[in-house]
Amino acid sequence: MPENMMIPPDFADAPISIWRRSLNSLVTLAAIGAVILVLLPLGAVFGYLIYKGIGSINWDFLTQIPKPPGEPGGGMANAIGGSVYILLIASTFGVPLGIGAGIYLSEYGRGTRFGNLVRFTADVLNGVPSIIVGIVAYGLVVLSQGHFSALAGGVALAIMMVPTITRTTEEMLLLVPQAVREAAYGLGVSRWRTTLSITLRTATSGVITGVMLAFARVAGETAPLLFTAFGNQYWNWKMNQPTAALSLQIFTYAISPFDEWHRQAWAGALILIVLIVASVGAVRLVASRGMLKGAN
Amino acid sequence: MLACALSVLALVGLIVYELVTKSSLSWHAFGWKFFFRSEWDPVNDQFGALPFVYGTLVSSALALLIAVPLAIGVAVYITEMSPRWLRGALAFTTELLAAIPSVIYGLWAIFVLVPLLRQYVQPFLARSLGWTGLFEGPPYGIGMLAAGIILAIMVVPIISSITREVMTAVPQQQREAVLALGETMAVTMVIGNRPEIAKSLFAPGYTMASVIANEFSEATGDVYLSALVEVGLALFIVTIIVNILAQFLVWTVTRGTPARSHA
Repeated sequence: MPENMMIPPDFADAPISIWRRSLNSLVTLAAIGAVILVLLPLGAVFGYLIYKGIGSINWDFLTQIPKPPGEPGGGMANAIGGSVYILLIASTFGVPLGIGAGIYLSEYGRGTRFGNLVRFTADVLNGVPSIIVGIVAYGLVVLSQGHFSALAGGVALAIMMVPTITRTTEEMLLLVPQAVREAAYGLGVSRWRTTLSITLRTATSGVITGVMLAFARVAGETAPLLFTAFGNQYWNWKMNQPTAALSLQIFTYAISPFDEWHRQAWAGALILIVLIVASVGAVRLVASRGMLKGAN
Repeated sequence: MLACALSVLALVGLIVYELVTKSSLSWHAFGWKFFFRSEWDPVNDQFGALPFVYGTLVSSALALLIAVPLAIGVAVYITEMSPRWLRGALAFTTELLAAIPSVIYGLWAIFVLVPLLRQYVQPFLARSLGWTGLFEGPPYGIGMLAAGIILAIMVVPIISSITREVMTAVPQQQREAVLALGETMAVTMVIGNRPEIAKSLFAPGYTMASVIANEFSEATGDVYLSALVEVGLALFIVTIIVNILAQFLVWTVTRGTPARSHA
């Protein structure tokens, strides 16, 4: 550190005062204490999840639908299926929209006033509480269809996916060197063709990272599904019917008074977290190989 | 592509439109008084949002009070003291924790945190700090204190990574800093869900997000539903304002200091 140079030679060997030394160790201790205090509950969340979850997962849990309250047995097969179904609907709407907006921001809207407006709006959308997205999906889909539905749940989650995908797609495309685009133009390739088959192609793994992040973010969302997908004790594959979801089922079971349901809530939570950690893990794997082909 | 960009604008426009039109009934019935009344009586169609505003503000403030000192400690430790290998591990843990859904924090809070509070922490607080009036009443476990603590656990990773960015002056990406205000599930599961304003942190409360979560799908009556949407509109406005302020703050702080080398 530069301040050593400021000390005159006479004082360089002088002992650092006890006060300063003890203050230094006090702050160090406080910081380490904070780390421990933070890690303790977080470790406990994970530990409990694994401990309670593993003991509660069995074949029935993965293959059966819920039994009536109080009866032992039953499972969450329909909720696992429902979650996958709703997430598929959400991705169908959310992914193309998000990627499209991201492409616009990086390729067409760079530095323009409209581009900045869209960027700002995407950030605003990112900060909207999920419960409010639920209200909007309710007004849009549930009211016009007349009942709670898988489609409404999918639309709610799609709205939440868009800003994340937009911003990561934009950032990934901006990493693609301008020279790559110019090379394509030089060969007489049209602008849209360059964007789709050169720029987007180069940034594919980065864009996929963004999509997976958005997916992981909405996979465990519960609040926007409460009055859109609503939940269901049975199987449902119809777009316009109430549908079970893993997160909803965990919530319902957790606040219920039955021990059997509590047990299943832990099991459902473990399945959900495995799903999410797997997609975050996939992201890290892709990210560690570089966001761009050749350009990182 | 332009259509996709326009649709981002349209989505936010749609959110505002839905919230404003669907809440107009309640707005016309109660006006500004809606935010200063504490009756919440669906039977007689009398609605006021004060208990929910109070619950949201107090639980968030409590969470920040607990989380900020801890998060700063963690950030100081990671940037200034920790060995390099630990830095990566901590960053990874932070990332992982941000990925845990709120409903799972809520599950954990119901079955681990709340019993712990009820049996050990609350009796201790009542004995040692009961005279302040903040820790009075029967120790249910469930209530404002539990909501504040679970929120603190949830926001610590985010606050510490923002603090780290500010300290090292290399902002990586914008983050949702106001998680606490709109946080729904975990809070709904432990706050007790009673529209009351009490001084004691042991007492149950209710937040804006939780009242929507609990009552929206069962709301019968147009005024009732409209009042819930108006609560949503208020929550929307507050989060947007705080979010923009927070981003502006991080932006000015990081822009004002020269980048430091040991980032």
